[in-house]
Amino acid sequence: MAPAQTLVESLLKAEEATYSEVVPAGEFWIHQINAGQIFRIVDLNGNQAVDTLFYSVLDTSERYSATDTIKGQANIYLTTGSTLRSNLGNAMLTITADTCGRHDTLGGACATESNQVRYAIEKRHMHACRRSFLLAAASAHWDLTKRDLAPNINFFMNVPVTPEGGLTFEDGISDAGKYVEMRAEMDVICVISNCPQLNNPCNAYNPTPIRVMIWNS
Amino acid sequence: MLKSQQETPLWEDTIAPGASWSLILRRGNALRLVDVEGGANAAALLYNFECPVERYNMPDTLKAQHTGHLTKNFVIYSDMGRVLSSITEDSCGWHDPLGGFSDAASVSAKYGKASYQEHRNAWHRNTRDNFIEELMKYGLGLRDLGPSINFFSKVRVSGDGGMKFMPGNSKASDHVELRAEMNLLVILDTGQHPLDPNPKYDPKPVQFSVRRVAPAAADDPCRLSCAENARGFINTERYF
Repeated sequence: MAPAQTLVESLLKAEEATYSEVVPAGEFWIHQINAGQIFRIVDLNGNQAVDTLFYSVLDTSERYSATDTIKGQANIYLTTGSTLRSNLGNAMLTITADTCGRHDTLGGACATESNQVRYAIEKRHMHACRRSFLLAAASAHWDLTKRDLAPNINFFMNVPVTPEGGLTFEDGISDAGKYVEMRAEMDVICVISNCPQLNNPCNAYNPTPIRVMIWNS
Repeated sequence: MLKSQQETPLWEDTIAPGASWSLILRRGNALRLVDVEGGANAAALLYNFECPVERYNMPDTLKAQHTGHLTKNFVIYSDMGRVLSSITEDSCGWHDPLGGFSDAASVSAKYGKASYQEHRNAWHRNTRDNFIEELMKYGLGLRDLGPSINFFSKVRVSGDGGMKFMPGNSKASDHVELRAEMNLLVILDTGQHPLDPNPKYDPKPVQFSVRRVAPAAADDPCRLSCAENARGFINTERYF
């Protein structure tokens, strides 16, 4: 079971990473991560929402499942020790280090249509995470489509559910340089939308870049 | 529409304990679910019947209404910013969108194996397999299977994020009514909630009925319950 807000630092050295790239705000990133590899996401400027999906390389109908993950640990927050589970209940990745302490998997990804509902009908033209997810899917050879967009993880976001059943978007608990790190338990495709949202105070209306890094072990 | 037309069901039936059902619920009709004995769980999936790639979206539903549970005057959103269904009646007060559903491994670990060969209709069934079977009848499958709404079940989230199933949320004859705002494929399963601590395999029946209802009026409480829902209804009405 994942303990809440346990900060665990990584022992891995940045210079030993086999892959390291910056993903600007509003861009997508789609990449294979193999079983045993360690994957880190760095919140370079603080409180950036990193909308993330995982699929099994072997069969993409097996994918990250928010409800299997939270019911598996009987806790809605993700942090060190959390097992990210698939829709078949299998372990896809395990969070091994986390200097932020809490990540969301209930808030989902913004979309042009959900922006209409949440902010104003006239906001449909604005860039959104599910645009990036669809473009990422179309850019790659894994035959992913809109059918495959499941509820995602929002790394570095803080979305509490209250005992009375309310849901709030709280100020972030992340900061510049905080990171989350996870070990792949199977070969996975990672799809990230580095959130472009300009209407939500959770990123101070200022989407910022992230860094993605991979170590072989 | 005559009041008597609104009160007479077009049809009704009962979903056996641990079994699934699927039906088409057209805009202008409402589906009433009744917990016959108390303690039922009715896991539900909703799709746009004409274009099922548009379907219930759990995060969009929760964040538009700033809620972690569903009850009367809340609506159920698709991923396309439209209202699939409105919750127009509810005697129960809390329905769970967070807990997900059981699978073969969790049912056998919790309740033990009970094969069809040995137990016939008293075998142990699980919600994921039942959902996949119903989805495949419509050309859908595992790729289309997302989170369920678990009607009649309550999961409380504590300050540290812990999830706890609250027994006794629904009593005998408790009911909830879903007004269809679009033409819906509705998939239902009566398997036990995955966080229900009851160690015994003991799913309950759920009775359902379909009847004609008036469309959402300008002053409909679901439409007016928040500014987000007013905009969701605008998107839905533009579709029709």
